[in-house]
Amino acid sequence: MQLTTPLDKQALAELRAGDAVAITGTVYTARDAAHAKLFELLDAGQELPFELEGQVIYYCGPSPTPPGKAIGSAGPTTAYRMDAFAPRLYALGLAATIGKGDRSRSVREACEEFGAIYLVAVGGAGALLAQRVTAAEVIAYPELGPEAIARLTVAAFPAIVGYDTAGNSIFPADAQHPRG
Amino acid sequence: MREIDCEIITETVYDLALEANYLLPERVLEALEAALARETGVARAVMAMLVENARIAAATRTPLCQDCGLVVVFAEIGRECHLSGDPCAAINQGVARAYQEGYLRKSVLADPFRRDSNTGDNTPAVVHTVLTEGDRIRLHLAPKGGGSENMSVVEMLVPAVGRQGVIDRVVAQVVAGGGKPCPPLIIGVGLGGTLEKAALLSKWAIMRPLGEPSPDADTAELECDILAAVNATGVGPMGLGGKTTALAVHVEKHPCHIASLPLAINLQCHAARHQQATI
Repeated sequence: MQLTTPLDKQALAELRAGDAVAITGTVYTARDAAHAKLFELLDAGQELPFELEGQVIYYCGPSPTPPGKAIGSAGPTTAYRMDAFAPRLYALGLAATIGKGDRSRSVREACEEFGAIYLVAVGGAGALLAQRVTAAEVIAYPELGPEAIARLTVAAFPAIVGYDTAGNSIFPADAQHPRG
Repeated sequence: MREIDCEIITETVYDLALEANYLLPERVLEALEAALARETGVARAVMAMLVENARIAAATRTPLCQDCGLVVVFAEIGRECHLSGDPCAAINQGVARAYQEGYLRKSVLADPFRRDSNTGDNTPAVVHTVLTEGDRIRLHLAPKGGGSENMSVVEMLVPAVGRQGVIDRVVAQVVAGGGKPCPPLIIGVGLGGTLEKAALLSKWAIMRPLGEPSPDADTAELECDILAAVNATGVGPMGLGGKTTALAVHVEKHPCHIASLPLAINLQCHAARHQQATI
């Protein structure tokens, strides 16, 4: 299933946990430190470095970019560390997060409540995923190095739906706690 | 006594650090390919990406994973060696150069509480020195990623839980980790000793060539039993379900106190990056 950013709610509602998708367009990298900074801005009522509506946050801290390449190795980091942040961002219009690993129930519930999704990218496939990134530009917090917020242009970036908008989960562990 | 100029340690570490980040050990790649052959569905798709990733990383000299880890080095130093300087400093110099020149990610914070305290060169490495006989230095270098390390644990079990209790505890740790440590895993187990000895043994266990059984028959049997139990959980590649949750289990045992049963479980992700060299 091809997805193009910005993602619209209707397209998201048709996806089911376990579906393979390929994303083309823009994703924003942000992980632990950047999320803390974003929330400082939110709490202060200030503007964020990028619009949330329909957008995708990719939990990724890439390795440095060698000359002539768009980006270094760029696989996902473990998503659960950002669980405290995801529900509020979904509430504000964020369409999808991309990471690896299972997450807490609050994130799964937020996906259902706000019509958003959590996508799983294959951890440790950093070299392969980097090939799907055609451009990368740091747009905020360069001093955070690999934890800066970057705008990535991606072409057919592969991911699997982890949590869908109906509250389903791809993770076997969650089968013990079915929703819906 | 054999005189060793520490510069050679620096140069060797430099090479090892680069190679470890770009090249998956032969045995690990073979194990991933074997897993690919037996998986189906999503698990198969994941394994196919991992095998392809290893090929791309080697061909383009791109890090296998963007988390180029915190470097762990076991330095086995022969008693007959006379070193010109501090081997830890020499190791750190090699790491710093490799991480700079190799476009490897610098992921080390000087202060765990200060997110702006990145050391900028991925040092210090964590170095464990071991004195051995002879006049050689054997360096084992492993960039250890944060994801799998975060799902590792040391626990002081009650001795009464016994062998089955150990198996159950390892299985529980793997199930709790789910996809977070990036299965398929290599599981290092340190059993016995003291709290810190068990932990060290669990990391040393990961350094073993993949799938090489313990030389002790009882321990080798325990490794097999743990592996079977872990794979029976169905956690699978990246925690998305499947037959291959672990590629191998390596157990290092040590004598321990009559009242204790220290158990350390160090998870290694599928990007099982380690290289070694002898000086």
